[in-house]
Amino acid sequence: MELEAAKMIGAGIAALSLAGAGIAIGNIFSSYLSAAMRNPSAAQKQFPNLLLGFALAEATGLFGLVIALIILFAF
Amino acid sequence: MATNPMQQFVVERIGPEIKIAGIDLSFTNSSLFMLLSALGICAVLFLGTKEKKLIPDKFQLLSELLYNFIAKMISDTAGSKAKPYFPFIFSLFMFVLFCNMFGMLPYSFTVTSHIIVTMLMAVFILIAVTVIGFIKHGFGYLKLFVPSGVPVILLPLITVIEVISYLSRPLSLSVRLFANMMAGHTMLKVFGGFVVSLGILGGWLPLSFSVALTGLEVLVAFLQAYVFAILTCIYLNDALNLHH
Repeated sequence: MELEAAKMIGAGIAALSLAGAGIAIGNIFSSYLSAAMRNPSAAQKQFPNLLLGFALAEATGLFGLVIALIILFAF
Repeated sequence: MATNPMQQFVVERIGPEIKIAGIDLSFTNSSLFMLLSALGICAVLFLGTKEKKLIPDKFQLLSELLYNFIAKMISDTAGSKAKPYFPFIFSLFMFVLFCNMFGMLPYSFTVTSHIIVTMLMAVFILIAVTVIGFIKHGFGYLKLFVPSGVPVILLPLITVIEVISYLSRPLSLSVRLFANMMAGHTMLKVFGGFVVSLGILGGWLPLSFSVALTGLEVLVAFLQAYVFAILTCIYLNDALNLHH
């Protein structure tokens, strides 16, 4: 296989890690919503934790994107 | 027509080339935007605290809001012992926030989309937290790596894992901010390229997407500054209140 083609395939596979970030973000918001529906008075206090979890989960997926960009541009 | 979405991250020299002892210290567009955000912070806080009114005007409201936000965040995550470090956390948060927000303006340069900038801040935080921990607890700070209540057989393994996780903090802290900023801006420019290539008939769909993504990116710009500051608070909490 040509090196260029292998690089492209590798970058594409590395970008698949964003699927995990998608699952994680969906999970965080669904858990928050279901918990907030059960106990609306406690929901407001946990909002910063929701944002923190969202940002942490999104960043994990973006690490994979960084790997993809390193494969594409750094080598 | 610049169609390369990576074009926006190019660092260009402004003015004459300055070289001191072989190190390039020229003024670049990156330094320009760092200076702009620092001046922006000073302007907002100066206008906010110029005359202290009982009924605040816009700038005073903004500075009070930011002050209360960070003060509450620090006391919630790191406790009352972290009060002396408020200026550090506050300037860190404001600098990252203003750099991110200035980067959202069209044709501007995002300082935090370069890993060298975020890595420098994160390594500085790691060194500062380690020094603070050793000053506060002496060699007892090393107990951070030996959690209590762990079976003796597992202890060597856990200690190695804890040390690795401690040392990888600056990496994850910096890559998180840098990757979020860079991925978001690249995505915006890719969708902007779609608008041009689809022309006047089909370009409306990516254009509306682009508007929605800009809103998302403003949220992410704020959120990443918040996460950067809150993680610094959590690391500071480890150093100040050793609870293992």
